[in-house]
Amino acid sequence: MSEYAIEMRGITKTFPGVVANDKVTLQVRPQEIHALLGENGAGKSTLMSILFGSYSADNGQIFLDGKEVSIKNPSVATSLGIGMVHQHFKLVQNYTVTENIVLGMEPTKRKLLDLKSARAKVARLSEQYGLSVDPDALVEDITVGQQQRVEILKTLFRNANTIIFDEPTAVLTPQEVDELIEILRKLRSEGKTILLITHKLREIKEVADRCTVLRRGRYIGTVDVADVTEQELAEMMVGRAVKFEIDKPEQEAGAVVLSLRNLEVADSAGIVKVRDLSLDVHEGEIVGIAGVDGNGQSELLEAITGLLPLSKGSIILDGKEIEKFTIRERIEAGLGYVPEDRQKFGLVADFTIAENSALKNYYHPVYKKKFGLLDFNAMEREANSLIEQFDIRSAEGAATMAGSLSGGNQQKVIVAREISLSPKVLVVAQPTRGLDVGAIEYIRRRIIDERDKGRAILLVSFELDEIMNLCDRIATISKGQIVAVNRQDEVDEYQIGLMMAGSQAEVAL
Amino acid sequence: MKAERKRLSESDGATSVLVVLMGFLVGTILVALVGKNPLNMYKALFQALSGYNIDNGRMNVRYIAETLNYSVPFILCGLSMGFANRVGLFNIGGEGQYIMGLTLAQTVALLGPQIPVLHWVLAILAAIIIGALWGGVVGILKAKYEVSEVVSTIMLNYVALYLSRIICLQLPGATTYKTANFPKTALIENTFFQAITHNSLLNNGIFMMIVAVIIYWFIMEKTSLGYGMRATGFNKDAARASGIPVVRSISISMAISGAFAGLAGGIVALGSFKYGRVLAGMDNYGFDGIAVALVGNCTALGTTLAGLLFGLLKNAQALMQGKQIPKEITFIIQGLIVIFIALRSALKLYQEYLDKRQLQKEVGVK
Repeated sequence: MSEYAIEMRGITKTFPGVVANDKVTLQVRPQEIHALLGENGAGKSTLMSILFGSYSADNGQIFLDGKEVSIKNPSVATSLGIGMVHQHFKLVQNYTVTENIVLGMEPTKRKLLDLKSARAKVARLSEQYGLSVDPDALVEDITVGQQQRVEILKTLFRNANTIIFDEPTAVLTPQEVDELIEILRKLRSEGKTILLITHKLREIKEVADRCTVLRRGRYIGTVDVADVTEQELAEMMVGRAVKFEIDKPEQEAGAVVLSLRNLEVADSAGIVKVRDLSLDVHEGEIVGIAGVDGNGQSELLEAITGLLPLSKGSIILDGKEIEKFTIRERIEAGLGYVPEDRQKFGLVADFTIAENSALKNYYHPVYKKKFGLLDFNAMEREANSLIEQFDIRSAEGAATMAGSLSGGNQQKVIVAREISLSPKVLVVAQPTRGLDVGAIEYIRRRIIDERDKGRAILLVSFELDEIMNLCDRIATISKGQIVAVNRQDEVDEYQIGLMMAGSQAEVAL
Repeated sequence: MKAERKRLSESDGATSVLVVLMGFLVGTILVALVGKNPLNMYKALFQALSGYNIDNGRMNVRYIAETLNYSVPFILCGLSMGFANRVGLFNIGGEGQYIMGLTLAQTVALLGPQIPVLHWVLAILAAIIIGALWGGVVGILKAKYEVSEVVSTIMLNYVALYLSRIICLQLPGATTYKTANFPKTALIENTFFQAITHNSLLNNGIFMMIVAVIIYWFIMEKTSLGYGMRATGFNKDAARASGIPVVRSISISMAISGAFAGLAGGIVALGSFKYGRVLAGMDNYGFDGIAVALVGNCTALGTTLAGLLFGLLKNAQALMQGKQIPKEITFIIQGLIVIFIALRSALKLYQEYLDKRQLQKEVGVK
């Protein structure tokens, strides 16, 4: 028996313009939980896709139990006992749990589908590994946490010895995370080897035995988790000292600037996603909306910004009812918006930074010359000043195409544009999703600076850390309704988690 | 060398040139395959371009003028397609807008006041306005009610054709294929051009075309209207979220797009014919405009150059037949060019492959 269950040596993989993996080494011992840590774009997912056969490496070798293997596609990986639980589940919504698990390798008896024996095997596996889920339930009826268990059962059903988890906690509530951690331990004790892709240090400290760190496609090192602190892991990941907490001076909130009254919003398919929602945001405060993705947050923000129509209720911005306003009138009234999907709603990828920075006010007198001509020089001057103020890194300055910027710099362009318009209310959705640690720190800092200047900020985030770190008050949303609004210092993540899951339990004030 | 190759696939202009050359290359091979001498094809093209007949050494400027004249509707219909395309719309209705322009121009030519200059100006304006309306309706349907512009423009092409017949059959002196001759005041002929080009059909339409090209470039690249339209074309969602009036952008752009095609119809009606035509079928300038815009990357300059190329091919047809080359080869070359344009993405993939190889070398992968 070899020392390592999985060994990847000198893995190199390039994409057009990017070296995703540069001679990366990964050594995983049997029956351990091995974390793979790195920022976005560090090459974790690429490395795991190579192990699972979704990509082929340009160079390097893979050994399973000391034997070299060639994993050409995911079927080969499956037959070698490697399973993967993807971040975005690959389940058929209107199939039952059992049907989903056997999909692709349906057991047959005399050429007829034999779901009975499959169901029995599923029941046995879920008992053995503590993965409680009803084998006959439709996938669309079960929670996200349970869907994840179905994905785990799928790998076990295919006799996986090694299971790769790609950012498994991203979609879970804190309670579900605790349950998942129990499941991971149980899998380990039953003899499975676990590979955990994550950038959440706390989870690594809690559950992993060893941890391999990647940075910009390179192998940085492998450590015993017990020997290092979160701080040290973070420094390995980023390559420099990191500050976790952001200093946030106490500040008295002022008058109400944004008032949402009894809002009801339906999505584009006509399904009501926000019900009877009321919330006030004051000058100089950040109000966070905490909740699991898909509980009406997107629809709420799109209704405020005018992208979706309001079925009922009213929106009052600085004393004016704006729910009948066009999008442009709302912007003129002082509404800023940093959208969740920055490439879809925030930027025009084929425009330069200069053109993007004027996207909302290109018709203002500043940019006007005679005969309806646009003053592109003024646009460039404005963009250059934003590039300087917001430390936007680009190849060709203001003339750089927005689409060629990194995610962090794209977000900086959007945040810079919104802040430069001096809005009274800034609506911010998932401002740091997919950004690296440096950009996250920066964007959060700017948001707090805006609060300190007296702006009212409404923040939606699926990261509880971010909500707890930035907000003065926290409104927890579940199924389109606000469950409770609390001051940041009177609740903890656990209580918020309970409310996010829909528990109406009163939180002592 | 490396840097140059990189630029090749990044520059749309260079790709278009390459695509045109490939079209001619394959066309040449086809001519050779059917047993004709490809050299004769190029002689015909050269004559259409320069007026010089290599076979007998004679020069005739008229050929240059005809090439230019043929190019005018191609360029204008290319602008029509291109303008809508820059706003993210696919205007297949150039043909219908062209036909309506042509019809109204003929109507005003036959019924309008016979005052010098004013007469043809009115006729051309009528053509532009009806083109803008014909396109604008599509834009409003699209922007307000999300009616696919592809479907509505195709339908309106047929409506235009038959409406044109109905109208033209009512005009003075109408037979099943033509009307009475236009009064002199309605024509846009240019006697100076006629004098120096041995009575070619080249007319004042070319000046209108040049003005149209400049307007196209000016609106798109220099005005805030064009800025909003380009933003809408590149990313409608971001444009909407940023408060750009997307509905208005789409409606106006379709109207402007239709105006270009309508103008083309007016110029052909009053410049290339002395009488009104009762159309039995389509002239296809509107459809060819789609190809022109694609080859020209929907820019003002590119579309002009592509339109000139199409005009050249059209003018060379008759000359080719005189040299025993089937004139259909020009349609084949046009078709090939469009196919190669569609294959442009393949070139991009190839470029990515080269980039990757280069990168691997730098990282030291064998």
